[in-house]
Amino acid sequence: MNPLLSHYLVVSALLFSIGFAGAVARRSAIVVLIGIELMLNAANLNFIAFWRYGAHPEALTGVMFVLFSITIAAAEAAVGLALIIAIYRQRKTTQVDGLDTLKG
Amino acid sequence: MNALDQIFVSTSHWLTGLTPASVQPLVSMALAIAGLMAVFGTCFAVATICERKILGRMQNRFGPNRVGPFGLFQPLADGVKMLIKEDIVPFSADHAVHFLAPLALTVPVWLAFAVLPFGRNMSAIDLDAGILFFFAIGSASELAVFMAGWSSQNKYALLGAMRAIAQMISYEVPLVLASIPVLMAAGSLSLPAIVQAQNGAVMGGLPRWNVFTPWGLAGFGLFMIAAAAESNRCPFDLPEGESELIAGFLTEYSGFKYALFFLGEYLGLFAVTGLAVTLFLGGWQAPAAALEWLPSWCWFAVKFSALIFLFIWVRATLPRLRLDQLLNFAWKFLVPLALVNLVVAVVWWQSGAWRFPGALELRWLFGAGLLAGPYLWLGRALKGGKPAPHQYRYAE
Amino acid sequence: MLNEIAFYLIAAVTLACAVAAMALRQLVHCALCAAAAFAGLAMLYLQLDAEFVGFAQLLVYVGAIAILIVFAVLLTRADEIIPGSRQSSPSSLMGIAAALLVLSGIALPVLSSPSLHRLPVTTAAAPVKLIGVELMTRYVLPLEMAGILLTAALLGAVVIAMREEPETKLDPRPPAPRRAETGEVVSLP
Repeated sequence: MNPLLSHYLVVSALLFSIGFAGAVARRSAIVVLIGIELMLNAANLNFIAFWRYGAHPEALTGVMFVLFSITIAAAEAAVGLALIIAIYRQRKTTQVDGLDTLKG
Repeated sequence: MNALDQIFVSTSHWLTGLTPASVQPLVSMALAIAGLMAVFGTCFAVATICERKILGRMQNRFGPNRVGPFGLFQPLADGVKMLIKEDIVPFSADHAVHFLAPLALTVPVWLAFAVLPFGRNMSAIDLDAGILFFFAIGSASELAVFMAGWSSQNKYALLGAMRAIAQMISYEVPLVLASIPVLMAAGSLSLPAIVQAQNGAVMGGLPRWNVFTPWGLAGFGLFMIAAAAESNRCPFDLPEGESELIAGFLTEYSGFKYALFFLGEYLGLFAVTGLAVTLFLGGWQAPAAALEWLPSWCWFAVKFSALIFLFIWVRATLPRLRLDQLLNFAWKFLVPLALVNLVVAVVWWQSGAWRFPGALELRWLFGAGLLAGPYLWLGRALKGGKPAPHQYRYAE
Repeated sequence: MLNEIAFYLIAAVTLACAVAAMALRQLVHCALCAAAAFAGLAMLYLQLDAEFVGFAQLLVYVGAIAILIVFAVLLTRADEIIPGSRQSSPSSLMGIAAALLVLSGIALPVLSSPSLHRLPVTTAAAPVKLIGVELMTRYVLPLEMAGILLTAALLGAVVIAMREEPETKLDPRPPAPRRAETGEVVSLP
């Protein structure tokens, strides 16, 4: 028997929550960024699963959305990592709890 | 003649027919995999000895000639040596990553052979997005270079790995851009369809291969240069040149793992050469209908060998490029030329319906002219000029 | 049968790599496990008959973003771990609790709704030609916007990460004493 839609959705939910946990629970900015990328990927999986198991796969809506999502995620990763490098150059640290000069 | 042409396909079908129906897909896959690994493994062995002999002859010396007649059993000796060498791993190296790096390089490269059409009906898979699969697999093997360099915990290995990755990423762009006009002309990303689109002959005998068009010729040149850089081949072998960083990212590897890296590099070269034959030289097609008596896979082998010889010839001839020269060459010379090539291809395609006398010459003139301008201008602008007079500074 | 085994295997490997990417101490290992998770996801897309997306995922995520992350780790010296430093933030337990809440919030409705327990009805295919036609007709505006956005991101990333040249440095040190022709030290006023 083939995998059902709910299997793919559960995998996507698990991936999303793993990315979320990592993004919130880790101190290093780079791991936070990896967590964000995992969350984006989980959403993409969701889109493709619904496209495949949906009523009108010939409209290609899910596929087009995911293509643009991958593009935007790549741009965002590039800018995010450039920011981390710039911050490191200023403050010699990438730990997110050291970046609180605007607090309070 | 036709039976010889389809000998591999019919043998595979016969062998698959001998097995029960439930495992037939697996058996046909396993036969294709076994065939590819056998053929390209032998090709690798033959290529190493050919390269050393040809390099030797071009440098006015014999190549290896001790082992076997004319040194032809040298690959066997090399294989035995690699297998029995001690596998030394540095004490502070990251053992898991160090172990996985050769695998991460070799496995994607073997995958790339699955989409190449080696003969009529002879591609292992006919994917709808075949060429995208090829480029995706090529870019997935770059992480293995980083893994090798970083896990060695050796500053020079890491430097070599960073240089290698920078080079491979930079040359991916001209590689893909040079193949886009081919996709436009063929109207498909599927490699057997691209070969089919180069069917037939024009103007009384010249085959309709892409290399006989202005954009195809320029694209072929760009593709070969980018392919040499992608496989870390001379004159772009800065990451692994012995006089540079010992062995670059391969410094801390010995024995079988080094053999796997070596294999992966040569297989990458074979894969990208096979792609060049498919995209630009008409794949498995014979140049003229009269030469069809040679089977299609033989024609593929002939063109393939010619391109491998070209790579070996270039290795014997040209000096190594420095890293900044390499990167400048990719971004400032090849990428603009590839973009101009796109324009030339579009104009060639749209003017395909012209039939007045002199149309073909006019189209060739336009294509060559539009390419020659940026080529000459960029070539002069990037030449570097005279170095500034040396400022002597004395210690005070 | 084979389809289901493949799905479970790929999903298990992907999730394990994702957990490893979030939990490991050595950042380079995190980045490599993340690359493996992206590759696993690409295989899931291929299983869902989305060929173009799967190969694009490999090309972009594994071939570019993973390498970007690795370069960032090396450029910020994050692979040198200070022994004794914590790797999890003070609010990590709350974070994990929140993640479990999110998981249950998404997964429980999915598992309890019967309309989602279905098999695919039709055979879907995403031929590249059709994707190209859609990109050029219905989605041409997002395509152009994506081009502009990528250009802006490229320029922005280069500008942000570039080392800034100092314009005029006001040197706080006193100027070095000059030697006159006779060799005696003359100090400036």
